[in-house]
Amino acid sequence: MAGLMSRASMVVKAKFSKLLDRAEDPAETLDYSYERQLELLQNVKRGIADVVTAKKRLELQETQLQQSIVKLDGQARQALAANREDLARQALERKSGLQQQLQSLDQQADGLAQQQEKLVASEKALSAKVEAFRTQKETIKAQYSAAEAQVKIGEAATGIGEQMADTGLAIQRAKDKTEQMQARASAIDELTTSGALEDFTSDQTELDRELGALASQSQVDDELAKMKAEVGSGEKQKELEK
Amino acid sequence: MIVRLMGEGQFEIDDEVAKGLNELDEQAAQAVEAGDEERLRGLLGRMAEAVRTNGTRIPDDDLSASEGIVPPDDLSLDEARLLFEGEGLIPDLPAGP
Repeated sequence: MAGLMSRASMVVKAKFSKLLDRAEDPAETLDYSYERQLELLQNVKRGIADVVTAKKRLELQETQLQQSIVKLDGQARQALAANREDLARQALERKSGLQQQLQSLDQQADGLAQQQEKLVASEKALSAKVEAFRTQKETIKAQYSAAEAQVKIGEAATGIGEQMADTGLAIQRAKDKTEQMQARASAIDELTTSGALEDFTSDQTELDRELGALASQSQVDDELAKMKAEVGSGEKQKELEK
Repeated sequence: MIVRLMGEGQFEIDDEVAKGLNELDEQAAQAVEAGDEERLRGLLGRMAEAVRTNGTRIPDDDLSASEGIVPPDDLSLDEARLLFEGEGLIPDLPAGP
């Protein structure tokens, strides 16, 4: 078995020569190759944009989770203040579940940031090589006979072909990672809408209802106490006036 | 000789470094055969490190071809097998209309 390095080289060369075989004469080969390079540059730019979009979606989900966590924390405190440890426990259990999800989203966001970095570096390298190729292409067309040009093209083309394969793999890997991430994000969304994971931010949860009942109970108590005090002081006032 | 670290760039390395690199490369191929992903990644990581530390970075606008290409050090076993068994790992280049 050959080593990985030579195998990777062979694969890359095979990919690129397949591409070059499509053109007939040297000038055409050069132009054709250049067009494909520009196309790949567009692809890598699109790949970067896709990763950025995916990152924004993750950030949005993270914000939603964070809001739910803060809310559950407040609810747990409210429940404890009302001596309902059972409700406080429920709220904290949900909070801990959401915190785990948040952590996994964080890891995914890191992964996406790495992909973005790689793609940006790849775009920079490809862009520099495409520009160099463009200059060389014009020189070859202007200065060499067809036979000589063939050799020169071979040299320039292998170098750029390698970069194209490298960038191609970077795009592919970023795409795979982004798709995996999106599948997971959709799964969380779906669980939330189907009710399998309760939407903790909606007012429909049992926890909310119970806490709401507690709150209105204590509000009624407060108001009663206030009224009693008012009525009481009113009566005292009347007595004084007598 | 010139070596490419995939996802990173090209480096010029001397014969001594190349020799060490080839030894690691052989072990990496054995790790793929043995189905040992952890070992494979460790070896690819060491290969990349050897090139990075001892090699000289070639500018991005240089069109020289590399003699060897070091796959990314987070390569999975499945990806490594694709590399060996066919051309499946590296996607086809855009072929235009």
